[in-house]
Amino acid sequence: MSEQSVERTAVERGAEGASTRRRGVIGWVDPRGRRLGGWAFILNRLTGLGILLYLSFHLVVLSLLARGPSAWDGFVSVAMSPVFLFFDVVLIFGLLAHGLNGIRVTLVGFGLVVDRQKAMFAALMVLGAIALIIAAIRIFEVG
Amino acid sequence: MDHHNDTHATEGTGRPIRFRVFRYKQGDRAPYFDEFTLEVAEETTVLDALTSIRNRLDPTLILRSSCFHASCGTCGMRVNDREVMACVTKVIDLKSSVVKVEPIANQALVADLVTDMVDFYAKFNAIGLALVRDSDWLPDAAEPAGIDSYNRFENCIECGLCLSACPIVASDPRYLGPAALAAAWRAVEEPRELDPEAVLRLTDDPQGSWRCHVAFECSEACPSNVDPAGKIMLLRRRQAAERLRSIFGGRHG
Repeated sequence: MSEQSVERTAVERGAEGASTRRRGVIGWVDPRGRRLGGWAFILNRLTGLGILLYLSFHLVVLSLLARGPSAWDGFVSVAMSPVFLFFDVVLIFGLLAHGLNGIRVTLVGFGLVVDRQKAMFAALMVLGAIALIIAAIRIFEVG
Repeated sequence: MDHHNDTHATEGTGRPIRFRVFRYKQGDRAPYFDEFTLEVAEETTVLDALTSIRNRLDPTLILRSSCFHASCGTCGMRVNDREVMACVTKVIDLKSSVVKVEPIANQALVADLVTDMVDFYAKFNAIGLALVRDSDWLPDAAEPAGIDSYNRFENCIECGLCLSACPIVASDPRYLGPAALAAAWRAVEEPRELDPEAVLRLTDDPQGSWRCHVAFECSEACPSNVDPAGKIMLLRRRQAAERLRSIFGGRHG
Protein backbone atom coordinates (compact mmCIF):
# COMPACT_ATOMS: atom_id res chain seq x y z
CA MET A 1 0.00 0.00 0.00
CA SER A 2 1.36 3.41 -0.84
CA GLU A 3 -0.16 6.82 -0.53
CA GLN A 4 -1.23 8.50 -3.68
CA SER A 5 -1.96 11.91 -2.33
CA VAL A 6 -0.77 13.49 0.86
CA GLU A 7 -3.09 16.44 1.01
CA ARG A 8 -5.24 16.66 4.04
CA THR A 9 -8.54 18.43 3.72
CA ALA A 10 -11.19 19.02 6.29
CA VAL A 11 -14.38 18.53 4.32
CA GLU A 12 -17.17 18.71 6.75
CA ARG A 13 -17.81 20.34 10.05
CA GLY A 14 -19.98 17.77 11.70
CA ALA A 15 -23.42 18.42 13.07
CA GLU A 16 -23.04 15.61 15.61
CA GLY A 17 -22.94 16.55 19.24
CA ALA A 18 -19.34 16.53 20.33
CA SER A 19 -18.85 13.86 22.92
CA THR A 20 -21.94 11.64 23.27
CA ARG A 21 -22.37 10.48 19.67
CA ARG A 22 -25.80 9.04 20.50
CA ARG A 23 -27.68 9.13 17.21
CA GLY A 24 -31.08 9.93 18.69
CA VAL A 25 -34.24 9.69 16.61
CA ILE A 26 -32.08 9.78 13.44
CA GLY A 27 -30.98 6.30 14.50
CA TRP A 28 -34.60 5.12 14.08
CA VAL A 29 -35.08 6.22 10.51
CA ASP A 30 -31.65 6.51 8.86
CA PRO A 31 -31.91 3.81 6.17
CA ARG A 32 -28.17 3.70 5.35
CA GLY A 33 -26.56 0.36 6.02
CA ARG A 34 -29.81 -1.23 7.16
CA ARG A 35 -30.71 -4.88 6.69
CA LEU A 36 -34.21 -6.35 6.36
CA GLY A 37 -35.05 -6.25 10.08
CA GLY A 38 -33.93 -2.63 10.20
CA TRP A 39 -36.17 -1.76 7.27
CA ALA A 40 -39.06 -3.48 9.04
CA PHE A 41 -38.32 -1.34 12.10
CA ILE A 42 -38.29 1.89 10.04
CA LEU A 43 -41.51 0.91 8.26
CA ASN A 44 -43.19 0.15 11.58
CA ARG A 45 -42.15 3.47 13.14
CA LEU A 46 -43.27 5.56 10.15
CA THR A 47 -46.56 3.74 9.57
CA GLY A 48 -47.24 3.86 13.31
CA LEU A 49 -46.87 7.63 13.33
CA GLY A 50 -48.93 7.87 10.13
CA ILE A 51 -51.76 5.83 11.64
CA LEU A 52 -51.70 8.04 14.73
CA LEU A 53 -52.02 11.11 12.52
CA TYR A 54 -54.84 9.48 10.57
CA LEU A 55 -56.69 8.64 13.78
CA SER A 56 -56.66 12.28 14.85
CA PHE A 57 -57.90 13.33 11.42
CA HIS A 58 -60.56 10.62 11.51
CA LEU A 59 -61.93 11.88 14.82
CA VAL A 60 -62.08 15.45 13.52
CA VAL A 61 -63.96 14.24 10.43
CA LEU A 62 -66.40 12.24 12.52
CA SER A 63 -67.18 15.35 14.55
CA LEU A 64 -68.71 16.78 11.35
CA LEU A 65 -71.64 14.42 11.94
CA ALA A 66 -72.60 16.54 14.92
CA ARG A 67 -72.90 19.56 12.60
CA GLY A 68 -75.75 18.14 10.57
CA PRO A 69 -76.28 16.45 7.18
CA SER A 70 -74.97 19.30 5.00
CA ALA A 71 -71.54 19.37 6.68
CA TRP A 72 -71.25 15.59 6.36
CA ASP A 73 -72.43 15.46 2.73
CA GLY A 74 -69.91 18.19 1.87
CA PHE A 75 -67.10 16.08 3.28
CA VAL A 76 -68.30 12.93 1.52
CA SER A 77 -68.13 14.64 -1.88
CA VAL A 78 -64.49 15.63 -1.14
CA ALA A 79 -63.76 12.12 0.08
CA MET A 80 -64.85 10.68 -3.27
CA SER A 81 -62.30 12.73 -5.23
CA PRO A 82 -59.41 10.77 -6.84
CA VAL A 83 -56.78 12.51 -4.71
CA PHE A 84 -58.63 11.57 -1.54
CA LEU A 85 -59.08 7.99 -2.77
CA PHE A 86 -55.31 7.84 -3.35
CA PHE A 87 -54.82 8.76 0.31
CA ASP A 88 -57.21 5.93 1.20
CA VAL A 89 -54.82 3.58 -0.58
CA VAL A 90 -51.88 5.10 1.34
CA LEU A 91 -53.83 4.56 4.56
CA ILE A 92 -54.48 0.92 3.71
CA PHE A 93 -50.77 0.51 2.90
CA GLY A 94 -49.91 1.84 6.36
CA LEU A 95 -52.46 -0.35 8.12
CA LEU A 96 -51.37 -3.47 6.25
CA ALA A 97 -47.63 -2.85 6.74
CA HIS A 98 -48.03 -2.03 10.43
CA GLY A 99 -50.55 -4.75 11.20
CA LEU A 100 -48.82 -7.54 9.32
CA ASN A 101 -45.38 -6.64 10.67
CA GLY A 102 -47.05 -6.47 14.07
CA ILE A 103 -47.84 -10.19 13.74
CA ARG A 104 -44.11 -10.83 13.13
CA VAL A 105 -43.05 -8.58 16.01
CA THR A 106 -45.49 -10.28 18.38
CA LEU A 107 -44.49 -13.82 17.45
CA VAL A 108 -40.75 -13.10 17.40
CA GLY A 109 -41.10 -10.94 20.51
CA PHE A 110 -42.30 -13.94 22.50
CA GLY A 111 -39.45 -16.10 21.26
CA LEU A 112 -41.37 -17.88 18.49
CA VAL A 113 -39.99 -18.50 14.97
CA VAL A 114 -37.09 -16.17 15.79
CA ASP A 115 -34.70 -17.64 13.24
CA ARG A 116 -37.30 -17.31 10.47
CA GLN A 117 -38.05 -13.64 11.12
CA LYS A 118 -36.73 -12.42 7.77
CA ALA A 119 -38.67 -14.96 5.76
CA MET A 120 -41.77 -14.17 7.82
CA PHE A 121 -41.39 -10.46 7.11
CA ALA A 122 -40.98 -11.10 3.37
CA ALA A 123 -44.00 -13.43 3.28
CA LEU A 124 -46.22 -11.04 5.24
CA MET A 125 -45.24 -8.13 3.00
CA VAL A 126 -46.03 -10.13 -0.15
CA LEU A 127 -49.41 -10.91 1.41
CA GLY A 128 -49.84 -7.22 2.19
CA ALA A 129 -48.91 -6.19 -1.34
CA ILE A 130 -51.55 -8.51 -2.80
CA ALA A 131 -54.17 -7.21 -0.37
CA LEU A 132 -53.17 -3.62 -1.20
CA ILE A 133 -53.56 -4.15 -4.93
CA ILE A 134 -57.01 -5.72 -4.47
CA ALA A 135 -58.04 -2.90 -2.12
CA ALA A 136 -56.79 -0.21 -4.53
CA ILE A 137 -58.74 -1.72 -7.43
CA ARG A 138 -61.90 -1.93 -5.33
CA ILE A 139 -61.52 1.63 -4.05
CA PHE A 140 -61.14 3.14 -7.51
CA GLU A 141 -63.97 0.98 -8.88
CA VAL A 142 -66.33 2.43 -6.29
CA GLY A 143 -64.88 5.92 -6.75
CA MET B 1 0.52 -0.62 16.22
CA ASP B 2 3.75 -0.56 14.29
CA HIS B 3 3.24 -3.99 12.80
CA HIS B 4 1.99 -2.59 9.56
CA ASN B 5 3.42 -4.56 6.69
CA ASP B 6 4.69 -2.15 4.11
CA THR B 7 5.58 -4.64 1.45
CA HIS B 8 2.22 -4.95 -0.29
CA ALA B 9 2.49 -5.00 -4.04
CA THR B 10 0.87 -1.83 -5.21
CA GLU B 11 2.26 -1.12 -8.65
CA GLY B 12 -0.27 -2.06 -11.26
CA THR B 13 -2.75 -3.57 -8.80
CA GLY B 14 -3.18 -0.60 -6.47
CA ARG B 15 -6.51 1.22 -6.50
CA PRO B 16 -6.87 4.78 -5.25
CA ILE B 17 -9.44 4.97 -2.48
CA ARG B 18 -10.59 8.14 -0.75
CA PHE B 19 -10.92 7.65 3.01
CA ARG B 20 -13.20 10.09 4.79
CA VAL B 21 -12.12 9.72 8.39
CA PHE B 22 -14.05 11.02 11.38
CA ARG B 23 -11.93 13.31 13.53
CA TYR B 24 -12.52 14.66 16.98
CA LYS B 25 -10.22 15.60 19.82
CA GLN B 26 -11.21 16.57 23.33
CA GLY B 27 -11.73 20.32 23.30
CA ASP B 28 -12.75 20.50 19.61
CA ARG B 29 -15.95 22.43 19.09
CA ALA B 30 -17.33 19.77 16.76
CA PRO B 31 -16.18 16.64 14.95
CA TYR B 32 -15.22 16.83 11.28
CA PHE B 33 -14.00 14.57 8.50
CA ASP B 34 -10.51 14.44 7.02
CA GLU B 35 -9.90 12.98 3.60
CA PHE B 36 -6.92 10.84 2.73
CA THR B 37 -6.32 9.14 -0.58
CA LEU B 38 -4.46 5.84 -0.54
CA GLU B 39 -3.69 3.19 -3.04
CA VAL B 40 -4.83 -0.12 -1.65
CA ALA B 41 -3.98 -3.65 -2.67
CA GLU B 42 -6.35 -6.60 -2.93
CA GLU B 43 -5.67 -7.74 0.64
CA THR B 44 -5.57 -4.31 2.35
CA THR B 45 -7.97 -4.14 5.29
CA VAL B 46 -9.57 -0.96 6.60
CA LEU B 47 -7.32 -1.28 9.65
CA ASP B 48 -4.25 -1.58 7.38
CA ALA B 49 -5.31 1.57 5.56
CA LEU B 50 -5.94 3.54 8.76
CA THR B 51 -2.63 2.40 10.22
CA SER B 52 -0.92 3.48 7.04
CA ILE B 53 -2.65 6.86 7.21
CA ARG B 54 -1.42 7.27 10.75
CA ASN B 55 2.11 6.12 9.98
CA ARG B 56 2.59 8.12 6.81
CA LEU B 57 0.11 10.96 6.58
CA ASP B 58 -1.15 11.99 9.98
CA PRO B 59 0.43 10.73 13.19
CA THR B 60 -2.35 12.40 15.21
CA LEU B 61 -5.00 9.93 14.01
CA ILE B 62 -6.16 7.97 17.05
CA LEU B 63 -7.43 4.44 16.64
CA ARG B 64 -7.40 1.28 18.68
CA SER B 65 -6.55 -2.25 17.64
CA SER B 66 -4.85 -5.29 18.99
CA CYS B 67 -5.32 -8.80 17.63
CA PHE B 68 -5.87 -8.29 13.87
CA HIS B 69 -8.28 -11.25 13.66
CA ALA B 70 -11.64 -10.07 15.02
CA SER B 71 -11.03 -11.62 18.38
CA CYS B 72 -10.17 -8.75 20.72
CA GLY B 73 -13.05 -6.47 19.75
CA THR B 74 -11.10 -3.24 19.91
CA CYS B 75 -11.22 -2.04 16.28
CA GLY B 76 -15.01 -2.01 15.86
CA MET B 77 -16.03 0.94 13.67
CA ARG B 78 -18.72 2.22 11.36
CA VAL B 79 -17.44 1.88 7.82
CA ASN B 80 -19.72 3.19 5.07
CA ASP B 81 -22.58 3.27 7.60
CA ARG B 82 -22.19 -0.35 8.68
CA GLU B 83 -20.66 -1.72 11.87
CA VAL B 84 -17.57 -3.83 11.16
CA MET B 85 -14.31 -4.99 12.65
CA ALA B 86 -11.76 -2.93 10.71
CA CYS B 87 -9.15 -5.67 10.94
CA VAL B 88 -11.11 -8.22 8.90
CA THR B 89 -12.82 -5.86 6.46
CA LYS B 90 -11.03 -5.65 3.13
CA VAL B 91 -11.25 -2.27 1.49
CA ILE B 92 -11.82 -3.82 -1.95
CA ASP B 93 -14.82 -5.77 -0.62
CA LEU B 94 -16.57 -2.48 0.23
CA LYS B 95 -16.87 -1.91 -3.54
CA SER B 96 -16.65 1.83 -3.17
CA SER B 97 -14.02 4.38 -4.16
CA VAL B 98 -14.96 6.44 -1.10
CA VAL B 99 -14.73 4.83 2.31
CA LYS B 100 -16.28 6.66 5.25
CA VAL B 101 -14.84 5.65 8.61
CA GLU B 102 -16.50 6.65 11.88
CA PRO B 103 -16.27 5.44 15.47
CA ILE B 104 -19.11 3.22 16.69
CA ALA B 105 -22.25 5.26 17.38
CA ASN B 106 -24.23 5.75 20.57
CA GLN B 107 -21.14 5.63 22.79
CA ALA B 108 -19.12 8.39 24.38
CA LEU B 109 -16.24 9.51 22.24
CA VAL B 110 -12.66 9.65 23.47
CA ALA B 111 -10.94 10.87 20.29
CA ASP B 112 -11.16 10.22 16.55
CA LEU B 113 -12.12 6.55 16.15
CA VAL B 114 -11.86 5.58 19.79
CA THR B 115 -14.94 5.40 22.02
CA ASP B 116 -15.23 5.03 25.77
CA MET B 117 -16.39 1.51 26.68
CA VAL B 118 -17.37 2.47 30.23
CA ASP B 119 -21.09 2.52 29.42
CA PHE B 120 -20.83 -0.86 27.69
CA TYR B 121 -19.43 -2.49 30.82
CA ALA B 122 -21.72 -0.53 33.14
CA LYS B 123 -24.69 -2.30 31.51
CA PHE B 124 -23.20 -5.67 32.39
CA ASN B 125 -22.65 -4.58 35.97
CA ALA B 126 -26.21 -3.23 36.18
CA ILE B 127 -27.60 -6.77 35.97
CA GLY B 128 -25.00 -8.32 38.22
CA LEU B 129 -22.83 -9.90 35.54
CA ALA B 130 -19.13 -9.93 36.21
CA LEU B 131 -16.93 -9.64 33.15
CA VAL B 132 -14.78 -12.57 34.14
CA ARG B 133 -16.61 -15.24 36.05
CA ASP B 134 -14.76 -17.17 38.72
CA SER B 135 -15.11 -20.52 37.02
CA ASP B 136 -13.64 -19.09 33.83
CA TRP B 137 -10.24 -19.23 35.44
CA LEU B 138 -10.60 -21.93 38.10
CA PRO B 139 -8.53 -24.81 36.75
CA ASP B 140 -10.64 -27.38 38.59
CA ALA B 141 -13.99 -25.96 37.42
CA ALA B 142 -16.50 -28.68 36.63
CA GLU B 143 -17.71 -29.27 33.11
CA PRO B 144 -21.08 -27.58 32.58
CA ALA B 145 -24.00 -29.96 32.99
CA GLY B 146 -27.35 -29.85 31.23
CA ILE B 147 -26.20 -27.81 28.23
CA ASP B 148 -28.06 -28.69 25.05
CA SER B 149 -25.59 -27.26 22.63
CA TYR B 150 -22.67 -24.91 22.56
CA ASN B 151 -23.59 -21.75 20.76
CA ARG B 152 -21.17 -18.97 20.12
CA PHE B 153 -22.85 -16.51 22.47
CA GLU B 154 -20.11 -16.97 25.05
CA ASN B 155 -17.97 -15.46 22.34
CA CYS B 156 -19.01 -11.87 22.82
CA ILE B 157 -15.81 -9.95 22.11
CA GLU B 158 -17.15 -6.77 23.74
CA CYS B 159 -16.63 -4.67 20.63
CA GLY B 160 -19.82 -2.60 21.04
CA LEU B 161 -20.90 -2.97 17.40
CA CYS B 162 -24.36 -4.15 18.50
CA LEU B 163 -24.89 -1.00 20.57
CA SER B 164 -23.85 1.09 17.59
CA ALA B 165 -26.27 -0.66 15.23
CA CYS B 166 -29.31 -0.75 17.56
CA PRO B 167 -31.95 1.92 16.79
CA ILE B 168 -33.25 1.82 20.36
CA VAL B 169 -29.84 2.35 21.98
CA ALA B 170 -29.61 5.34 19.62
CA SER B 171 -32.41 7.13 21.43
CA ASP B 172 -32.52 5.60 24.90
CA PRO B 173 -29.43 5.60 27.14
CA ARG B 174 -31.31 3.66 29.82
CA TYR B 175 -31.89 0.58 27.66
CA LEU B 176 -29.66 -2.30 28.81
CA GLY B 177 -28.85 -3.05 25.20
CA PRO B 178 -28.12 -6.17 23.16
CA ALA B 179 -24.69 -7.07 24.58
CA ALA B 180 -25.70 -7.15 28.24
CA LEU B 181 -28.98 -8.93 27.45
CA ALA B 182 -27.23 -11.61 25.40
CA ALA B 183 -24.83 -12.08 28.31
CA ALA B 184 -27.84 -12.30 30.63
CA TRP B 185 -29.34 -15.13 28.59
CA ARG B 186 -25.96 -16.85 28.68
CA ALA B 187 -26.03 -16.61 32.47
CA VAL B 188 -29.54 -18.09 32.53
CA GLU B 189 -28.55 -20.98 30.28
CA GLU B 190 -25.36 -21.76 32.13
CA PRO B 191 -25.50 -20.02 35.52
CA ARG B 192 -22.45 -21.59 37.17
CA GLU B 193 -22.04 -19.45 40.30
CA LEU B 194 -24.68 -16.89 39.25
CA ASP B 195 -28.34 -16.89 40.27
CA PRO B 196 -30.34 -17.23 37.02
CA GLU B 197 -33.57 -16.18 38.71
CA ALA B 198 -32.01 -12.89 39.74
CA VAL B 199 -30.70 -12.29 36.22
CA LEU B 200 -34.15 -13.07 34.77
CA ARG B 201 -35.77 -10.71 37.27
CA LEU B 202 -33.34 -7.87 36.61
CA THR B 203 -33.75 -8.08 32.83
CA ASP B 204 -37.57 -8.50 32.96
CA ASP B 205 -37.98 -4.76 32.81
CA PRO B 206 -39.25 -2.05 30.45
CA GLN B 207 -35.60 -1.04 29.96
CA GLY B 208 -34.49 -4.66 29.77
CA SER B 209 -35.55 -7.39 27.38
CA TRP B 210 -38.88 -5.70 26.62
CA ARG B 211 -37.27 -2.54 25.26
CA CYS B 212 -36.09 -4.33 22.09
CA HIS B 213 -38.11 -3.53 18.98
CA VAL B 214 -37.06 -6.48 16.87
CA ALA B 215 -34.94 -4.69 14.27
CA PHE B 216 -32.30 -7.45 14.50
CA GLU B 217 -29.56 -4.96 13.55
CA CYS B 218 -27.46 -6.14 16.52
CA SER B 219 -27.40 -9.71 15.24
CA GLU B 220 -26.52 -8.46 11.77
CA ALA B 221 -23.67 -6.34 13.13
CA CYS B 222 -22.23 -8.93 15.55
CA PRO B 223 -18.85 -10.13 14.23
CA SER B 224 -18.90 -13.15 16.52
CA ASN B 225 -22.31 -14.70 15.78
CA VAL B 226 -23.57 -14.08 19.29
CA ASP B 227 -27.02 -13.29 17.83
CA PRO B 228 -28.03 -10.89 20.61
CA ALA B 229 -31.53 -10.32 19.20
CA GLY B 230 -32.22 -14.05 19.20
CA LYS B 231 -31.02 -14.27 22.79
CA ILE B 232 -33.25 -11.36 23.84
CA MET B 233 -36.22 -13.26 22.41
CA LEU B 234 -35.23 -16.37 24.37
CA LEU B 235 -35.07 -14.23 27.53
CA ARG B 236 -38.55 -12.90 26.80
CA ARG B 237 -39.99 -16.34 26.15
CA ARG B 238 -38.69 -17.48 29.50
CA GLN B 239 -39.87 -14.33 31.27
CA ALA B 240 -43.32 -14.49 29.67
CA ALA B 241 -43.61 -18.14 30.72
CA GLU B 242 -42.63 -17.26 34.29
CA ARG B 243 -45.26 -14.54 34.38
CA LEU B 244 -47.94 -16.88 33.09
CA ARG B 245 -46.94 -19.41 35.71
CA SER B 246 -47.17 -16.79 38.47
CA ILE B 247 -50.62 -15.70 37.20
CA PHE B 248 -51.98 -19.23 36.99
CA GLY B 249 -50.28 -20.45 40.16
CA GLY B 250 -47.75 -22.84 38.72
CA ARG B 251 -44.51 -24.06 40.22
CA HIS B 252 -42.85 -20.67 40.37
CA GLY B 253 -46.00 -18.80 41.33
